[in-house]
Amino acid sequence: MSGNMNLTLKVWKQKNKDAKGALETYQVKGISPDMSFLEMFDVLNEQLITEGKDPIAFDHDCREGICGMCSMYINGRPHGPVKGVTTCQLHMRSFKDGDTIVVEPWRSAAFPVVKDLAVNRSAFDRVIAAGGFVSVNTGNAKDANNILINKDDADDAFNAAACIGCGACVATCKNGSAMLFVSAKVSQLALLPQGQIEKEARVLNMVNQMDEEGFGACSVTGACEIECPKGISLENIARMNREFIGANATKK
Amino acid sequence: MSKENFLKASLGKKLVMGITGLFLITFLVVHVSLNACIFVNDGGVLFNEGAHFMSHNFFIRVMEIVLFAGIFTHMIQALILTLHNKKARPVAYAVNNGAANSKWYSRSMGVLGSLLLIFFVVHWANFWIPTKVAVFNGEEHNTFENMKAVFSKEYFVAIYMVGVISLCYHLLHGFPSAFQTLGLNNKKYTPMLKTAGAIFSIVVCTLFAAMPITMYLGIIK
Ligand code: HEM
Ligand code: SF4
Ligand code: FES
Repeated sequence: MSGNMNLTLKVWKQKNKDAKGALETYQVKGISPDMSFLEMFDVLNEQLITEGKDPIAFDHDCREGICGMCSMYINGRPHGPVKGVTTCQLHMRSFKDGDTIVVEPWRSAAFPVVKDLAVNRSAFDRVIAAGGFVSVNTGNAKDANNILINKDDADDAFNAAACIGCGACVATCKNGSAMLFVSAKVSQLALLPQGQIEKEARVLNMVNQMDEEGFGACSVTGACEIECPKGISLENIARMNREFIGANATKK
Repeated sequence: MSKENFLKASLGKKLVMGITGLFLITFLVVHVSLNACIFVNDGGVLFNEGAHFMSHNFFIRVMEIVLFAGIFTHMIQALILTLHNKKARPVAYAVNNGAANSKWYSRSMGVLGSLLLIFFVVHWANFWIPTKVAVFNGEEHNTFENMKAVFSKEYFVAIYMVGVISLCYHLLHGFPSAFQTLGLNNKKYTPMLKTAGAIFSIVVCTLFAAMPITMYLGIIK
Protein backbone atom coordinates (compact mmCIF):
# COMPACT_ATOMS: atom_id res chain seq x y z
CA MET A 1 0.00 0.00 0.00
CA SER A 2 1.33 3.43 -0.83
CA GLY A 3 2.01 5.85 1.97
CA ASN A 4 2.99 3.01 4.27
CA MET A 5 6.19 3.38 6.24
CA ASN A 6 9.28 1.39 7.02
CA LEU A 7 10.77 2.28 10.38
CA THR A 8 13.74 1.47 12.57
CA LEU A 9 12.83 1.06 16.23
CA LYS A 10 15.27 1.12 19.10
CA VAL A 11 13.41 -0.35 22.04
CA TRP A 12 14.51 -0.86 25.63
CA LYS A 13 14.66 -4.57 26.46
CA GLN A 14 15.04 -5.55 30.09
CA LYS A 15 14.32 -9.05 31.41
CA ASN A 16 13.16 -8.02 34.87
CA LYS A 17 13.48 -5.41 37.61
CA ASP A 18 17.05 -6.31 38.50
CA ALA A 19 18.43 -7.19 35.08
CA LYS A 20 20.53 -4.73 33.13
CA GLY A 21 18.64 -3.60 30.07
CA ALA A 22 19.78 -2.29 26.69
CA LEU A 23 18.30 -0.76 23.55
CA GLU A 24 17.63 -3.29 20.80
CA THR A 25 17.10 -2.45 17.17
CA TYR A 26 14.09 -3.72 15.20
CA GLN A 27 12.84 -3.09 11.67
CA VAL A 28 9.11 -2.78 10.94
CA LYS A 29 7.72 -2.59 7.42
CA GLY A 30 4.47 -1.48 5.80
CA ILE A 31 3.17 0.53 8.75
CA SER A 32 0.00 2.47 7.91
CA PRO A 33 -0.01 6.16 8.94
CA ASP A 34 -3.49 5.54 10.38
CA MET A 35 -2.25 3.02 12.92
CA SER A 36 -1.78 4.07 16.51
CA PHE A 37 1.67 3.76 18.02
CA LEU A 38 0.50 0.73 20.01
CA GLU A 39 -0.89 -0.94 16.88
CA MET A 40 2.53 -0.51 15.32
CA PHE A 41 3.92 -2.34 18.37
CA ASP A 42 1.30 -5.07 17.88
CA VAL A 43 2.59 -5.55 14.33
CA LEU A 44 6.16 -5.73 15.59
CA ASN A 45 5.27 -8.18 18.36
CA GLU A 46 3.38 -10.44 15.96
CA GLN A 47 6.43 -10.44 13.75
CA LEU A 48 8.67 -11.29 16.73
CA ILE A 49 6.37 -14.12 17.84
CA THR A 50 6.34 -15.57 14.31
CA GLU A 51 10.13 -15.45 14.30
CA GLY A 52 10.14 -17.27 17.65
CA LYS A 53 11.59 -14.27 19.46
CA ASP A 54 10.60 -12.67 22.75
CA PRO A 55 7.90 -10.03 22.14
CA ILE A 56 8.28 -6.61 23.73
CA ALA A 57 6.37 -6.15 26.98
CA PHE A 58 4.43 -2.89 27.17
CA ASP A 59 1.44 -1.71 29.19
CA HIS A 60 -1.91 -0.74 27.68
CA ASP A 61 -5.53 -1.16 28.58
CA CYS A 62 -8.22 1.19 27.29
CA ARG A 63 -6.45 2.36 24.13
CA GLU A 64 -8.65 5.44 24.19
CA GLY A 65 -6.61 7.81 26.31
CA ILE A 66 -8.33 7.37 29.65
CA CYS A 67 -6.62 4.63 31.64
CA GLY A 68 -3.10 6.03 31.63
CA MET A 69 -1.38 2.66 31.22
CA CYS A 70 0.44 3.16 27.91
CA SER A 71 3.70 4.51 29.29
CA MET A 72 6.32 4.90 26.55
CA TYR A 73 9.11 7.45 26.34
CA ILE A 74 9.29 8.12 22.62
CA ASN A 75 12.22 10.02 21.08
CA GLY A 76 12.93 11.71 24.38
CA ARG A 77 9.34 12.67 25.29
CA PRO A 78 6.64 10.87 27.27
CA HIS A 79 3.88 9.68 24.92
CA GLY A 80 5.85 11.03 21.95
CA PRO A 81 5.87 14.31 20.08
CA VAL A 82 2.17 15.28 20.02
CA LYS A 83 0.77 17.54 22.75
CA GLY A 84 -2.15 16.38 24.87
CA VAL A 85 -2.22 12.71 23.91
CA THR A 86 -1.27 9.36 25.40
CA THR A 87 0.73 6.80 23.43
CA CYS A 88 -2.41 4.92 22.40
CA GLN A 89 -3.76 8.14 20.88
CA LEU A 90 -0.52 8.89 19.02
CA HIS A 91 -0.76 8.00 15.35
CA MET A 92 1.94 6.88 12.98
CA ARG A 93 1.18 9.86 10.74
CA SER A 94 3.24 11.84 13.25
CA PHE A 95 6.31 10.01 11.87
CA LYS A 96 7.96 9.76 8.48
CA ASP A 97 8.99 6.80 6.37
CA GLY A 98 12.57 5.82 7.26
CA ASP A 99 12.47 7.40 10.75
CA THR A 100 14.37 5.89 13.64
CA ILE A 101 12.27 5.92 16.82
CA VAL A 102 13.75 5.34 20.26
CA VAL A 103 11.33 3.93 22.84
CA GLU A 104 12.21 3.69 26.53
CA PRO A 105 10.28 2.98 29.72
CA TRP A 106 9.48 5.69 32.30
CA ARG A 107 12.72 6.15 34.23
CA SER A 108 12.14 6.80 37.90
CA ALA A 109 13.43 5.22 41.08
CA ALA A 110 9.80 5.02 42.22
CA PHE A 111 8.65 3.21 39.03
CA PRO A 112 10.79 0.05 38.78
CA VAL A 113 10.82 -1.62 35.38
CA VAL A 114 8.79 -4.83 35.41
CA LYS A 115 9.90 -5.90 31.95
CA ASP A 116 10.98 -3.95 28.84
CA LEU A 117 8.66 -0.93 28.63
CA ALA A 118 6.31 -1.93 31.45
CA VAL A 119 6.92 -0.19 34.78
CA ASN A 120 5.31 -0.61 38.17
CA ARG A 121 3.38 2.52 39.08
CA SER A 122 1.99 1.22 42.40
CA ALA A 123 3.80 4.10 44.11
CA PHE A 124 0.96 6.30 42.83
CA ASP A 125 -1.61 3.99 44.40
CA ARG A 126 0.14 4.23 47.75
CA VAL A 127 0.17 8.04 47.51
CA ILE A 128 -3.60 7.95 46.87
CA ALA A 129 -4.17 5.52 49.73
CA ALA A 130 -2.31 7.91 52.04
CA GLY A 131 -4.91 10.64 51.65
CA GLY A 132 -6.57 10.88 48.24
CA PHE A 133 -10.06 10.15 49.53
CA VAL A 134 -13.01 11.64 51.40
CA SER A 135 -14.96 9.96 54.19
CA VAL A 136 -18.74 9.67 53.74
CA ASN A 137 -21.51 8.18 55.81
CA THR A 138 -23.01 4.97 54.54
CA GLY A 139 -26.76 4.74 54.03
CA ASN A 140 -28.99 6.23 51.39
CA ALA A 141 -27.34 8.12 48.60
CA LYS A 142 -27.63 11.87 49.13
CA ASP A 143 -29.34 14.10 46.63
CA ALA A 144 -26.93 15.27 43.99
CA ASN A 145 -26.12 18.99 44.06
CA ASN A 146 -27.51 19.62 47.54
CA ILE A 147 -24.24 21.26 48.54
CA LEU A 148 -23.69 24.42 46.53
CA ILE A 149 -20.24 24.79 45.01
CA ASN A 150 -18.73 27.91 43.51
CA LYS A 151 -18.54 27.46 39.73
CA ASP A 152 -14.84 28.42 39.49
CA ASP A 153 -13.92 25.94 42.22
CA ALA A 154 -16.01 23.24 40.62
CA ASP A 155 -14.24 23.86 37.28
CA ASP A 156 -10.79 23.80 38.86
CA ALA A 157 -11.61 20.63 40.78
CA PHE A 158 -12.94 19.02 37.64
CA ASN A 159 -9.84 19.97 35.66
CA ALA A 160 -7.60 18.55 38.39
CA ALA A 161 -9.68 15.38 38.45
CA ALA A 162 -8.89 14.85 34.77
CA CYS A 163 -5.51 13.38 35.82
CA ILE A 164 -5.36 9.74 34.71
CA GLY A 165 -2.31 8.82 36.77
CA CYS A 166 -0.25 8.02 33.69
CA GLY A 167 3.05 9.10 35.21
CA ALA A 168 4.22 11.19 32.23
CA CYS A 169 4.89 14.07 34.62
CA VAL A 170 7.30 11.93 36.65
CA ALA A 171 8.85 10.49 33.49
CA THR A 172 9.65 13.85 31.94
CA CYS A 173 10.67 15.74 35.09
CA LYS A 174 14.44 16.08 35.43
CA ASN A 175 13.95 15.28 39.13
CA GLY A 176 11.53 12.42 38.63
CA SER A 177 9.09 14.48 40.68
CA ALA A 178 5.47 13.46 41.15
CA MET A 179 4.35 16.95 42.18
CA LEU A 180 1.92 17.42 39.28
CA PHE A 181 0.15 14.13 39.95
CA VAL A 182 0.03 14.54 43.73
CA SER A 183 -1.06 18.17 43.49
CA ALA A 184 -3.87 17.26 41.09
CA LYS A 185 -5.09 14.64 43.55
CA VAL A 186 -4.79 17.02 46.51
CA SER A 187 -6.51 19.82 44.57
CA GLN A 188 -9.51 17.90 43.27
CA LEU A 189 -10.57 17.27 46.87
CA ALA A 190 -9.25 20.39 48.60
CA LEU A 191 -11.32 22.59 46.28
CA LEU A 192 -14.61 20.98 47.25
CA PRO A 193 -16.64 21.25 50.47
CA GLN A 194 -16.60 17.47 50.84
CA GLY A 195 -12.83 17.51 50.97
CA GLN A 196 -12.48 19.91 53.88
CA ILE A 197 -12.66 17.43 56.75
CA GLU A 198 -9.41 15.64 55.93
CA LYS A 199 -7.85 18.73 54.35
CA GLU A 200 -4.75 19.09 56.57
CA ALA A 201 -4.02 15.41 57.10
CA ARG A 202 -4.45 14.77 53.38
CA VAL A 203 -1.73 17.05 52.10
CA LEU A 204 0.72 16.12 54.86
CA ASN A 205 0.22 12.38 54.41
CA MET A 206 0.26 12.43 50.63
CA VAL A 207 3.42 14.55 50.50
CA ASN A 208 5.03 12.29 53.07
CA GLN A 209 4.16 9.20 51.02
CA MET A 210 5.38 10.90 47.83
CA ASP A 211 8.76 11.50 49.47
CA GLU A 212 8.91 7.98 50.87
CA GLU A 213 8.36 6.49 47.44
CA GLY A 214 11.54 8.21 46.24
CA PHE A 215 10.09 10.85 43.91
CA GLY A 216 12.18 14.02 43.52
CA ALA A 217 11.30 17.61 44.45
CA CYS A 218 9.92 20.34 42.20
CA SER A 219 12.33 22.65 40.35
CA VAL A 220 9.44 24.41 38.57
CA THR A 221 10.84 23.70 35.09
CA GLY A 222 7.24 23.29 33.93
CA ALA A 223 8.06 20.23 31.79
CA CYS A 224 5.27 18.19 33.45
CA GLU A 225 2.59 20.69 32.52
CA ILE A 226 3.68 20.66 28.87
CA GLU A 227 3.85 16.86 28.64
CA CYS A 228 0.74 16.02 30.68
CA PRO A 229 -1.81 14.44 28.30
CA LYS A 230 -4.65 15.93 30.37
CA GLY A 231 -3.36 19.48 30.62
CA ILE A 232 -3.03 19.49 34.42
CA SER A 233 -1.80 22.97 35.37
CA LEU A 234 1.13 24.06 37.55
CA GLU A 235 -1.47 26.06 39.49
CA ASN A 236 -2.24 22.78 41.24
CA ILE A 237 1.34 22.54 42.50
CA ALA A 238 1.14 26.10 43.86
CA ARG A 239 -2.16 25.14 45.54
CA MET A 240 -0.54 22.09 47.10
CA ASN A 241 2.32 24.28 48.35
CA ARG A 242 -0.26 26.58 49.96
CA GLU A 243 -2.10 23.62 51.47
CA PHE A 244 1.20 22.28 52.79
CA ILE A 245 2.21 25.60 54.36
CA GLY A 246 -1.28 26.03 55.83
CA ALA A 247 -1.43 22.50 57.20
CA ASN A 248 1.97 22.87 58.84
CA ALA A 249 1.00 26.20 60.35
CA THR A 250 -2.29 24.97 61.82
CA LYS A 251 -1.62 21.35 62.73
CA LYS A 252 -1.93 20.41 66.36
CA MET B 1 4.10 15.89 61.94
CA SER B 2 6.70 17.80 63.89
CA LYS B 3 8.73 20.83 62.82
CA GLU B 4 11.58 18.49 62.01
CA ASN B 5 9.40 16.72 59.48
CA PHE B 6 8.54 20.00 57.82
CA LEU B 7 12.19 20.42 56.83
CA LYS B 8 12.54 16.74 56.01
CA ALA B 9 9.72 16.96 53.47
CA SER B 10 10.70 17.81 49.89
CA LEU B 11 8.17 20.65 49.98
CA GLY B 12 9.66 22.07 53.17
CA LYS B 13 13.16 21.99 51.72
CA LYS B 14 11.98 23.69 48.57
CA LEU B 15 10.24 26.37 50.64
CA VAL B 16 13.54 27.12 52.35
CA MET B 17 15.14 27.50 48.88
CA GLY B 18 12.40 29.90 47.85
CA ILE B 19 12.49 32.03 50.99
CA THR B 20 16.29 32.27 51.12
CA GLY B 21 16.35 32.93 47.36
CA LEU B 22 13.92 35.84 47.71
CA PHE B 23 15.93 37.17 50.63
CA LEU B 24 19.10 37.05 48.51
CA ILE B 25 17.23 38.97 45.82
CA THR B 26 16.49 41.80 48.26
CA PHE B 27 20.18 41.87 49.11
CA LEU B 28 21.02 42.19 45.40
CA VAL B 29 18.82 45.30 45.22
CA VAL B 30 20.82 46.96 48.00
CA HIS B 31 24.13 45.81 46.56
CA VAL B 32 23.48 46.98 43.00
CA SER B 33 22.03 50.32 44.15
CA LEU B 34 25.05 51.15 46.25
CA ASN B 35 27.53 50.10 43.58
CA ALA B 36 25.67 52.09 40.95
CA CYS B 37 27.00 55.19 42.76
CA ILE B 38 30.21 54.75 40.77
CA PHE B 39 28.29 55.79 37.64
CA VAL B 40 28.11 59.34 39.02
CA ASN B 41 31.76 59.35 37.90
CA ASP B 42 32.96 61.59 40.69
CA GLY B 43 36.16 59.70 41.31
CA GLY B 44 34.42 57.41 43.75
CA VAL B 45 33.53 60.04 46.39
CA LEU B 46 29.84 59.15 46.68
CA PHE B 47 30.50 55.43 46.35
CA ASN B 48 33.19 55.42 49.05
CA GLU B 49 30.86 57.27 51.41
CA GLY B 50 28.27 54.56 50.87
CA ALA B 51 30.85 51.81 51.28
CA HIS B 52 32.08 53.39 54.50
CA PHE B 53 28.53 53.52 55.87
CA MET B 54 27.99 49.86 54.96
CA SER B 55 31.16 48.68 56.68
CA HIS B 56 30.59 50.67 59.89
CA ASN B 57 26.81 50.67 60.48
CA PHE B 58 25.63 48.36 63.25
CA PHE B 59 22.38 47.34 61.53
CA ILE B 60 24.25 46.50 58.32
CA ARG B 61 26.78 44.45 60.34
CA VAL B 62 23.91 42.38 61.75
CA MET B 63 22.33 42.02 58.29
CA GLU B 64 25.67 40.82 56.98
CA ILE B 65 25.52 37.88 59.36
CA VAL B 66 21.93 37.19 58.29
CA LEU B 67 23.08 37.40 54.67
CA PHE B 68 25.82 34.83 55.18
CA ALA B 69 23.39 32.58 57.00
CA GLY B 70 20.97 33.01 54.07
CA ILE B 71 23.56 32.16 51.41
CA PHE B 72 24.82 29.23 53.45
CA THR B 73 21.31 27.83 54.00
CA HIS B 74 20.45 28.33 50.32
CA MET B 75 23.58 26.44 49.25
CA ILE B 76 23.23 23.57 51.73
CA GLN B 77 19.57 23.13 50.82
CA ALA B 78 20.50 23.31 47.11
CA LEU B 79 23.02 20.53 47.61
CA ILE B 80 20.60 18.33 49.59
CA LEU B 81 17.79 18.87 47.06
CA THR B 82 20.01 18.28 44.03
CA LEU B 83 21.30 14.99 45.47
CA HIS B 84 17.74 13.95 46.41
CA ASN B 85 16.56 14.78 42.89
CA LYS B 86 19.42 12.90 41.22
CA LYS B 87 18.54 9.80 43.23
CA ALA B 88 14.99 9.87 41.87
CA ARG B 89 16.29 9.11 38.34
CA PRO B 90 18.99 6.45 38.76
CA VAL B 91 18.99 5.37 35.10
CA ALA B 92 19.27 8.19 32.56
CA TYR B 93 17.31 8.23 29.32
CA ALA B 94 19.27 7.28 26.19
CA VAL B 95 17.33 10.03 24.40
CA ASN B 96 15.79 12.93 26.29
CA ASN B 97 14.39 16.01 24.59
CA GLY B 98 14.36 18.49 27.44
CA ALA B 99 14.27 21.46 25.08
CA ALA B 100 10.79 20.38 23.95
CA ASN B 101 9.21 21.24 27.29
CA SER B 102 11.41 23.50 29.41
CA LYS B 103 14.06 26.21 29.40
CA TRP B 104 17.67 25.04 29.69
CA TYR B 105 18.36 27.38 32.58
CA SER B 106 15.41 26.06 34.58
CA ARG B 107 17.06 22.65 34.31
CA SER B 108 20.52 24.01 35.19
CA MET B 109 19.98 25.83 38.51
CA GLY B 110 22.57 23.63 40.23
CA VAL B 111 25.25 24.33 37.62
CA LEU B 112 24.42 28.05 37.55
CA GLY B 113 24.48 28.14 41.35
CA SER B 114 27.87 26.39 41.42
CA LEU B 115 29.29 28.92 38.95
CA LEU B 116 27.89 31.63 41.23
CA LEU B 117 29.62 30.07 44.22
CA ILE B 118 33.00 30.03 42.43
CA PHE B 119 32.40 33.64 41.48
CA PHE B 120 31.53 34.55 45.09
CA VAL B 121 34.83 33.11 46.35
CA VAL B 122 36.76 35.31 43.91
CA HIS B 123 34.50 38.24 44.72
CA TRP B 124 35.00 37.91 48.49
CA ALA B 125 38.76 37.63 48.04
CA ASN B 126 38.70 40.78 45.88
CA PHE B 127 36.59 43.01 48.09
CA TRP B 128 35.15 41.56 51.26
CA ILE B 129 38.46 40.38 52.78
CA PRO B 130 40.45 43.60 52.01
CA THR B 131 37.61 45.69 53.53
CA LYS B 132 37.48 43.53 56.66
CA VAL B 133 41.26 43.69 57.08
CA ALA B 134 41.19 47.48 56.77
CA VAL B 135 38.32 47.86 59.26
CA PHE B 136 40.12 45.50 61.65
CA ASN B 137 43.30 47.56 61.43
CA GLY B 138 41.30 50.74 61.91
CA GLU B 139 42.34 52.02 58.48
CA GLU B 140 40.12 53.73 55.91
CA HIS B 141 39.63 51.40 52.93
CA ASN B 142 39.32 53.00 49.51
CA THR B 143 36.92 50.53 47.94
CA PHE B 144 36.71 52.56 44.74
CA GLU B 145 40.47 52.29 44.15
CA ASN B 146 40.21 48.63 45.07
CA MET B 147 37.59 48.20 42.30
CA LYS B 148 39.70 50.02 39.75
CA ALA B 149 42.70 47.83 40.54
CA VAL B 150 40.70 44.59 40.27
CA PHE B 151 38.96 45.64 37.06
CA SER B 152 42.20 46.62 35.35
CA LYS B 153 42.89 42.91 34.91
CA GLU B 154 41.32 41.10 31.96
CA TYR B 155 40.92 37.79 33.79
CA PHE B 156 38.99 39.38 36.65
CA VAL B 157 36.71 41.17 34.19
CA ALA B 158 36.15 37.79 32.46
CA ILE B 159 35.36 36.00 35.75
CA TYR B 160 32.91 38.76 36.69
CA MET B 161 31.16 38.41 33.33
CA VAL B 162 30.72 34.68 33.88
CA GLY B 163 29.39 35.44 37.38
CA VAL B 164 26.94 38.06 36.17
CA ILE B 165 25.64 35.95 33.29
CA SER B 166 25.16 32.97 35.65
CA LEU B 167 23.31 35.25 38.04
CA CYS B 168 21.09 36.54 35.24
CA TYR B 169 19.94 33.06 34.21
CA HIS B 170 19.69 31.91 37.84
CA LEU B 171 17.32 34.80 38.52
CA LEU B 172 15.43 34.52 35.25
CA HIS B 173 14.19 31.16 36.49
CA GLY B 174 14.55 31.68 40.25
CA PHE B 175 12.51 34.88 40.57
CA PRO B 176 9.16 33.57 39.27
CA SER B 177 9.91 30.06 40.54
CA ALA B 178 10.20 31.25 44.14
CA PHE B 179 6.67 32.66 44.02
CA GLN B 180 5.32 29.38 42.69
CA THR B 181 7.13 27.61 45.55
CA LEU B 182 5.49 29.94 48.04
CA GLY B 183 2.13 29.04 46.55
CA LEU B 184 1.43 32.05 44.38
CA ASN B 185 0.23 31.09 40.92
CA ASN B 186 -2.82 32.46 39.19
CA LYS B 187 -3.80 33.64 35.76
CA LYS B 188 -3.63 37.30 36.67
CA TYR B 189 -0.39 37.67 38.64
CA THR B 190 1.87 34.93 37.29
CA PRO B 191 2.39 36.50 33.84
CA MET B 192 3.11 39.85 35.55
CA LEU B 193 5.60 38.20 37.92
CA LYS B 194 7.37 36.53 35.03
CA THR B 195 7.73 39.85 33.23
CA ALA B 196 8.82 41.60 36.41
CA GLY B 197 11.35 38.82 37.05
CA ALA B 198 12.79 39.09 33.56
CA ILE B 199 13.09 42.88 33.77
CA PHE B 200 14.64 42.64 37.25
CA SER B 201 17.19 39.99 36.21
CA ILE B 202 18.26 41.85 33.10
CA VAL B 203 18.43 45.32 34.72
CA VAL B 204 20.34 44.15 37.81
CA CYS B 205 22.77 42.02 35.83
CA THR B 206 23.36 44.70 33.17
CA LEU B 207 24.18 47.22 35.90
CA PHE B 208 26.55 44.75 37.58
CA ALA B 209 28.19 43.91 34.25
CA ALA B 210 28.64 47.60 33.41
CA MET B 211 30.85 48.11 36.49
CA PRO B 212 33.87 46.01 35.48
CA ILE B 213 33.46 46.98 31.82
CA THR B 214 33.32 50.75 32.30
CA MET B 215 36.20 50.64 34.77
CA TYR B 216 38.32 48.45 32.52
CA LEU B 217 37.68 50.78 29.59
CA GLY B 218 38.52 53.80 31.73
CA ILE B 219 35.07 55.39 31.27
CA ILE B 220 34.64 55.48 35.05
CA LYS B 221 37.78 56.83 36.64
C1 HEM C 1 22.85 36.08 45.00
C2 HEM C 1 22.81 34.82 44.95
C3 HEM C 1 21.60 33.96 44.72
C4 HEM C 1 20.29 34.31 44.53
C5 HEM C 1 19.68 35.69 44.50
C6 HEM C 1 19.55 33.08 44.35
C7 HEM C 1 18.19 33.03 44.14
C8 HEM C 1 17.48 31.88 43.93
C9 HEM C 1 16.06 31.79 43.78
C10 HEM C 1 15.09 32.96 43.88
C11 HEM C 1 15.74 30.50 43.57
C12 HEM C 1 14.36 29.93 43.31
C13 HEM C 1 13.85 29.17 44.49
C14 HEM C 1 12.57 28.45 44.14
O1 HEM C 1 12.45 27.91 43.04
O2 HEM C 1 11.68 28.41 44.99
C15 HEM C 1 16.95 29.75 43.55
C16 HEM C 1 17.04 28.39 43.31
C17 HEM C 1 18.22 27.68 43.35
N1 HEM C 1 19.46 28.14 43.73
FE1 HEM C 1 19.94 30.07 44.07
N2 HEM C 1 20.40 32.01 44.41
C18 HEM C 1 21.67 32.50 44.64
C19 HEM C 1 22.84 31.76 44.81
C20 HEM C 1 22.91 30.39 44.69
C21 HEM C 1 24.10 29.62 44.91
C22 HEM C 1 25.47 30.16 45.32
C23 HEM C 1 23.76 28.31 44.68
C24 HEM C 1 24.57 27.04 44.74
C25 HEM C 1 25.60 26.78 45.40
C26 HEM C 1 22.37 28.27 44.31
C27 HEM C 1 21.69 27.14 43.98
C28 HEM C 1 20.35 27.10 43.66
C29 HEM C 1 19.66 25.92 43.20
C30 HEM C 1 20.27 24.53 42.96
C31 HEM C 1 18.32 26.28 43.01
C32 HEM C 1 17.20 25.42 42.48
C33 HEM C 1 16.65 24.49 43.49
C34 HEM C 1 15.67 23.57 42.83
O3 HEM C 1 16.01 22.86 41.88
O4 HEM C 1 14.53 23.55 43.23
N3 HEM C 1 21.88 29.55 44.34
N4 HEM C 1 18.00 30.60 43.79
S1 SF4 D 1 -0.71 14.95 36.14
FE1 SF4 D 1 -0.89 14.55 33.93
S2 SF4 D 1 1.07 13.54 33.43
FE2 SF4 D 1 0.87 13.43 35.65
S3 SF4 D 1 -0.13 11.46 36.07
FE3 SF4 D 1 -1.79 12.99 35.92
S4 SF4 D 1 -2.41 12.92 33.77
FE4 SF4 D 1 -0.42 11.91 33.86
S1 FES E 1 -4.00 2.57 26.84
FE1 FES E 1 -5.32 3.65 28.20
S2 FES E 1 -4.57 5.66 28.05
FE2 FES E 1 -3.40 4.63 26.56
